[in-house]
Amino acid sequence: MSYRELDDMLGKGWRKPAFVKNPLLRWALFLGFFAYLIAAFMTIDVDWGRVYEGLDRGWAFVLAFTSPDFISRWSDILSGLLESIVMTVTASVVGILISIPIGLGAARNIAPLPIYMICRGIVAISRALQEIIVAILLVAIFGFGPLAGFLTLSFATIGFLSKLLAEDIEAMDKVQAEAIKASGARWPQWINYGVQPQIMPRLVGLSIYRIDINFRESAILGLVGAGGIGATLNTAFDRYEYDTAAAILILIIGIVMALEYLSGIIRARVQ
Amino acid sequence: MLRLQKLTKTYKTGDQALKAIDLAVPKGQVLALIGPSGAGKSTMIRCINRLVEPTSGGVLLEDVDLTNLGSGALRKARREMGMIFQEYALVERLTVMENVLSGRLGYVGFWRSFLRRYPQSDVDEAFRLLDRVGLLHMADKRADELSGGQRQRVGICRALIQNPKLLLVDEPTASLDPKTSRQIMRLITELCQERGLAAIINIHDVALAQMFVPRVVGLRFGEIVYDGLPTGLTPEKLTEIYGEEDWEATIEKVDEDEDVEAAE
Amino acid sequence: MPVIERDDAQIWRRRTMGQSLVRWFGWLLGVAVFVYCWQLISQSTTWFFVWDAPRIANDIWTRATPPKWDYITQLGRPIWDTLNIATLGTIIALCLAVPVAFLAARNTTPSALFIRPIALLVIVSTRSINSLIWALLLIAIIGPGVFAGVIAIAIRSIGFCAKLLYEAIEEIDHTQVEAITATGASRWQIMAYGIVPQILPAFAGISVFRWDINIRESTVLGLVGAGGIGLQLSASLNVLAWPQVSLILIVILVAVMISEWVSAKVRGAII
Repeated sequence: MSYRELDDMLGKGWRKPAFVKNPLLRWALFLGFFAYLIAAFMTIDVDWGRVYEGLDRGWAFVLAFTSPDFISRWSDILSGLLESIVMTVTASVVGILISIPIGLGAARNIAPLPIYMICRGIVAISRALQEIIVAILLVAIFGFGPLAGFLTLSFATIGFLSKLLAEDIEAMDKVQAEAIKASGARWPQWINYGVQPQIMPRLVGLSIYRIDINFRESAILGLVGAGGIGATLNTAFDRYEYDTAAAILILIIGIVMALEYLSGIIRARVQ
Repeated sequence: MLRLQKLTKTYKTGDQALKAIDLAVPKGQVLALIGPSGAGKSTMIRCINRLVEPTSGGVLLEDVDLTNLGSGALRKARREMGMIFQEYALVERLTVMENVLSGRLGYVGFWRSFLRRYPQSDVDEAFRLLDRVGLLHMADKRADELSGGQRQRVGICRALIQNPKLLLVDEPTASLDPKTSRQIMRLITELCQERGLAAIINIHDVALAQMFVPRVVGLRFGEIVYDGLPTGLTPEKLTEIYGEEDWEATIEKVDEDEDVEAAE
Repeated sequence: MPVIERDDAQIWRRRTMGQSLVRWFGWLLGVAVFVYCWQLISQSTTWFFVWDAPRIANDIWTRATPPKWDYITQLGRPIWDTLNIATLGTIIALCLAVPVAFLAARNTTPSALFIRPIALLVIVSTRSINSLIWALLLIAIIGPGVFAGVIAIAIRSIGFCAKLLYEAIEEIDHTQVEAITATGASRWQIMAYGIVPQILPAFAGISVFRWDINIRESTVLGLVGAGGIGLQLSASLNVLAWPQVSLILIVILVAVMISEWVSAKVRGAII
């Protein structure tokens, strides 16, 4: 095709070359996807009558946002929210403190192989398990209450932060670290002077991001009895108290927005 | 054919980029616009096809004032003016052919262009133009696989397939090596001659401008300070345009180059 | 970098007196907050259960092993539902996220004063609320089932995808758009030729990334009744059928690993 002459090409149509070169494969992919979509739609049993009935309730919920009820369950909301915040704070602190050594251990360029394997294993387990599933197990073991939630969030924080931290350490500038090593620094000194200054801004940024996530997650842990605002929210939905539910959701959105705004400012200052 | 009347552009920051420019470009004339960075060359070119909205004054293309056209009429007017960019400005993730055909967007409807079903005459013209610039075999390559010179040729094809009356050329050689720069300048001027196109070439390389164009306009602080033959660019004139510098070397080099050109 | 002069000797300190005081005070405050939070958690924890935890954990472990392997025959349909919830939810979310992203991006929004804030509000509010909460809400409105799960996943993903996408739109190369504009192209043609090709890779990456996350999230949606394998998990937990629970957890882990592998492959193929 590459050296066709102009005369050959004049008068011939032109088509954009296809993304998948093999036409058979292209059509197979296309048809397969289409068939999957149809099959998927067919197997969703939608009770349209129920959906239609629900529209009124949906509308009522939307309207509830215009007149959220903060007052009638204010003490429940307050204690739930406080518990969520408490869990977020403690879990973030503990999670970050633990994830720093694990992050160091999971970076191939500073940790010896056995430690590397162990730390990577911890990270993989923590990342593969959903927060909510961990919460269920921990509630079964430790009983209901914020302790299970705190442990869940700490555990999830470790997986998230250690992985990103380790990736950051692996991508850092080797020369700076070598220069400190060349000055005869011990290992802790080397970490303190050669590694820490390079990863500190990222660590602060990621930690704040994680605090944000922890708060969002803490809002659902209550659904399985692990403390926080989720329990209050669940009750509100069960009782069809949409105005209270709307109030809780508005508070969650407000706090998340405030946290995001704050993290934006702090990240800009650190970097 | 193109007349600028008291064309003025004041940016929101208060910078006056153009101060009441008057300029007339007859049919088929290629002119080079020279001047230091920030003199308003780029702004002037963009004011002509209203990529930048002029603050006041008129742009008359064949006695139609472009400055007060509505959006539909402006699109029709833009079809008459092909534009070539400094950094090529090809859509990098589209193929060469799509980039060339995108020059016809002002002529075809949305669905036609969206489904890539251009009229056969457009496709033929795209093939001819690609052949003319020696890139026919690259038609189905993606634009970001091409070298700088090749990309600029595709950019030229995109401007020409519009079937324009006027070419607006913004620093066509700024990101190219000296040899490719000359090839591109030669190609542009040749194509303008073949098709009887007028062109405004905004260029910072004085020697290159002198080599290829019959008329040079010098811009300084948004005002025209020189308008005439390239041979009239004496050191005094260049000092007036660019400021104090030893210009003898530049000019001598030009003469030398012209001898070489003549010998070829 | 203050230098203190004392007894004719110059002592270098990293921070001035005031700076260190502020820092110490900050740390003190942080520790105090942490201790206070911890006490709140500790108050609402039944410590007897916690001390008993190792025994309970051991107990659960012995009950849960070995997993009830033949139960897997009953998991076919739930797995299929889970896949559908994630995939259809992602597709719906993408359809809605694209217009929202274009309305939210500074360079494509039709009105920065009115429409952009609305689009940003949609993004923030859908993003800050977890899909489990959306599921809870939708179940209250349209009844339990797979459909509620699909919609919950879709709503949660809109904000996520739209945010990443509008950031990609804001980062496009403007000269390419300018060049298409100069040919006399209409507004929609500029969109199709100047903007869309530039954001297509980002779009594909975001879709697959979100699909991967949605597979994880849809495995637990059943806990609140929104279909998928979580339904089986919650049913098994309610009757304390630990061998079934352990099998379901293994299935979820495998599903998460496969989806992560698929998304990594697809992203690699696109970029």
